[in-house]
Amino acid sequence: MNHAKTSAGTDLHHSPPPTEKVAVLRWMRDNLFNSVLNSVITCLLVVGLIFTLPDFIKWALFNSVWSGDHEACRASMGACWAVVGEKHRPMLFGVYPYEEHWRLILALIIYLSVVAATLTPAFWNIKILIPLWIGNLAATLTLMWGGVLGLSPIDTSQWGGLPLTMVLFTGTVVFGSPISVLLALGRRSHLPGVKSVCVVFIESLRGVPLITILFVAVNVFPLFLPEGLEFDKLIRVMAGMAIFFACYQAEVIRGGLQAIPRGQIEAAEALGLSYWQLMSRIVLPQALRICLPGLVNHIIAAFKNTSFVLIIGLFDILTATTAVMEDPVWRRFFVEAYLFVAVIYFLFCFALSRYSRLVERWLSEGRRF
Amino acid sequence: MTVKPRTTAGEHVRKGDTSILNSLAFRGVAYQIILAIFVILGGLYLYINVNANLERQGIATGWDFLTENAGFDIGESPIPYDSEDSYGFAMWIGVLNTLKVAFVSIIFASTLGIFMGIARTSKNWLLSKVASVYVEACRNVPVVLHVLFWATVVRFLPAPRQAFSPFEGAYLMNRGVVFPIPETDPAYTWVGIAFLFGVIIAIFLGRWAKRQRELTGKYIPAFWWGLGIILGLPLVTWIIAGAPLVWDMPELKGFNFRGGMAMSPEYAGLVAGVSVYTGAFIAEIVRAGIQSVPHGQIEAARALGLRPGFIMRYVTIPQALRVVVPPTASQYLSLTKNSSLGVLIGYPDLVNVGNTTLNQTGQAVEAITVMMVVYLSISLTISLFMNIYNKIVAIKER
Repeated sequence: MNHAKTSAGTDLHHSPPPTEKVAVLRWMRDNLFNSVLNSVITCLLVVGLIFTLPDFIKWALFNSVWSGDHEACRASMGACWAVVGEKHRPMLFGVYPYEEHWRLILALIIYLSVVAATLTPAFWNIKILIPLWIGNLAATLTLMWGGVLGLSPIDTSQWGGLPLTMVLFTGTVVFGSPISVLLALGRRSHLPGVKSVCVVFIESLRGVPLITILFVAVNVFPLFLPEGLEFDKLIRVMAGMAIFFACYQAEVIRGGLQAIPRGQIEAAEALGLSYWQLMSRIVLPQALRICLPGLVNHIIAAFKNTSFVLIIGLFDILTATTAVMEDPVWRRFFVEAYLFVAVIYFLFCFALSRYSRLVERWLSEGRRF
Repeated sequence: MTVKPRTTAGEHVRKGDTSILNSLAFRGVAYQIILAIFVILGGLYLYINVNANLERQGIATGWDFLTENAGFDIGESPIPYDSEDSYGFAMWIGVLNTLKVAFVSIIFASTLGIFMGIARTSKNWLLSKVASVYVEACRNVPVVLHVLFWATVVRFLPAPRQAFSPFEGAYLMNRGVVFPIPETDPAYTWVGIAFLFGVIIAIFLGRWAKRQRELTGKYIPAFWWGLGIILGLPLVTWIIAGAPLVWDMPELKGFNFRGGMAMSPEYAGLVAGVSVYTGAFIAEIVRAGIQSVPHGQIEAARALGLRPGFIMRYVTIPQALRVVVPPTASQYLSLTKNSSLGVLIGYPDLVNVGNTTLNQTGQAVEAITVMMVVYLSISLTISLFMNIYNKIVAIKER
């Protein structure tokens, strides 16, 4: 007898399939009212949502003003999305000359397509990716800087908005990643001198806020250089952020290095591989794969950290928005403006974290590499 | 072919290849000497450049400025300060203000994080979705934006006369937040002492109960007894002292509130922003901790006939804590560092005061060094305590 019986004793194989209504009720019983406590919580939440959600939707959608000036916004009870319509250019592109904004839009399109390509497994080949990124950086930076091909030159002090955020983020990750690998290897080194230099460097930078590093980049770094030699503020800030990023990333990579079985290293040594061959061919590829989730977390953090430049007056997207909100006519609609910026940050970070989970699944299935 | 045995440095020397340049030990020493020379020469080069530049710009060096008259006001300070005091004292006020924000934010963020983390693992679909929305929305937005947003929200609250009152005596307004506190009474000192006594007694009781259980197998509900003593002793002291309780209610006088406990708008905004942001990360840590306890452990405990409260206390929580504590400690650290965003909204924390000092004296190197050393000491202190705690809760292999 392998006929399953339900608790009521009816024969499952001959009973009709549950109707849709029954299924919904059953789902609600299992997921919303499965105990007394959960029933109470569900009721409280539903009441809370009934009081807030319709008002929020009315504010955000039905009563909102999508275009027009601040007078229309003042007259309405809803959200003033017109502030985004009116001010999105200075918010997205900062103080970059208005008639040259097309260059930034083009640069963003090129940049984002290359990022999208990088995330596609079909492009995961070092011989494709390196030329792709060199071309990408050359194209976007040429567009932003100008001075060639009939483009008018634009100084970095005028760069701003989303493209500046992207430049800072890319610079941080591109310069920071090699440093982080070196720091992690140094910290795991058998040579006590190398190890202690790396430990002190990593731990002291991890112990201080990013702001103080940016202050060093802005206020102290120029003092380090001999008279007459100067670096662009953007480069200095980027270097500071890259080193800060590298110290955190080095700790993640160290975790990955520690997880590599000793036998792997011994086998490679027995084959006569040199230290750098051993590290680059055997240890690092495995270690980086192990610590991939941590690496992505810090890359996301690096993106969010670009917003710290607000304090030292570089015009990233948040600084540009804050500057726009100084406008007395529009300043009372700060919620809408900040929400707009928050959504941009959210989309990028959320997409990246979801993507990293996807890659983890591919790797754990052993489909790739 | 003779192969020499490997030395500790992993050195192996092949026949016919015995040049000292190929010895790993020699190379190791050589690399380290080169690194040391590089570090020393680099440091010296920077030092000379800094000195030359400072001299050229006519900026003083050294630590004398710390005792000089600061000459600027600080918006709020836990201990009396005025502009006649020294730069060193002003920076000390900054340190206290930083600790004040960090301490309160850690409490708020932990409460929010623990609640949301548990909610995310709830079997109630609606509750876990609400918690997920909070976590994903807040941790994917920069902390700078959180702080700016909340600071602006506080600035746009109604004026004191139309202040928004969530409950009797508490007011939210553009001048900050005020709420009632009990008026100070000498009896409260005794209540505090009674509380400390209660904690000490409870600790000893717990140890005694554990020994009794191990010796005789008899279970004593030491947790509940201890909790009773910790709460009961101060309560009894308070009642014996005549139950003094007078609320210091904030009252509207002129344009602002007097009395009660007041938080400045900058403080309220900074605490709100930093707590909401860090709370999302703590929620994720708590969720991971709860989910890390294998279900078999709980089933096994049930099969042994342990009561649910017992399972929670002796099976689930100790194992979850081991996963939760180290990342939480690093969240507390980054919260403390993020409290330096006070400089953005005008809250006089260490970085803000240090920045003013830097701008007034021009002594960037010294001012930034003070900031870094203070944060580094706070970080190292917290990680020291966490390492000690970690040793206590780590799996004891016998």
